[in-house]
Amino acid sequence: MKEDVVIRTVTRMIVPFIQLFGLYVILHGASSAGGGFQGGVIFASAFILYGIAFGITEARKRIYEKITTVAASLGVYIFAGIGLLAILFGGNFLGYSALPLPLPGPEIRGLMAEFVEIGIGITVMAVMTSIFYDMASKEEVE
Amino acid sequence: MRKWALFAVIVVGALLLWAEGDIPPFGDPDTPANTYVAQYYIENAYEDADMANIVTVILTDYRSYDTLGEATVIFTAGMSLLLLLRRGGRL
Repeated sequence: MKEDVVIRTVTRMIVPFIQLFGLYVILHGASSAGGGFQGGVIFASAFILYGIAFGITEARKRIYEKITTVAASLGVYIFAGIGLLAILFGGNFLGYSALPLPLPGPEIRGLMAEFVEIGIGITVMAVMTSIFYDMASKEEVE
Repeated sequence: MRKWALFAVIVVGALLLWAEGDIPPFGDPDTPANTYVAQYYIENAYEDADMANIVTVILTDYRSYDTLGEATVIFTAGMSLLLLLRRGGRL
């Protein structure tokens, strides 16, 4: 891959801000536009940009394929696990207000919705990065 | 293996076609979604879940089962691509 100082420097500078914005979109979904799906894609776009600028082998050293595979299932586990926890404490599946937290019911639901968003964000981020790795690595000539 | 995959696809497709008969006609004004559910969401979303964004309340609270399915679909898509591309097209 051809070295390009401008692209690499700009990428190095902008990647943390993209990741921060992705986390903001995930966590701020409760009170403004945003959510797990959008934030996860923004977060993954930081890795994809890094992979485009520095090459796929360099990106693989930053976030391993093993991690993306595990994280993709971890997000769904978080989501379904919160739902199953609600069953364990005597509620319906995904009925968050049954969880025994020292908070009023609506606030528990809001809090658990945040965790669910985080789970969705982890899954979407991992799957987007994993798809990018799978499709890009075919063209890489070592 | 391939025969079983074809069998599974046909069975699931037949089930979906069969279940499609229960979907109300497009634009029917008498469905629950068009009569009282949307009104309930708009009036009670903030008190029920303590979140200012009604879209998030519907997505993660009222219809969280649907959203769990969506997350599973994305996970399945990623795993399918992983299986197809990373192993060189051999299952």
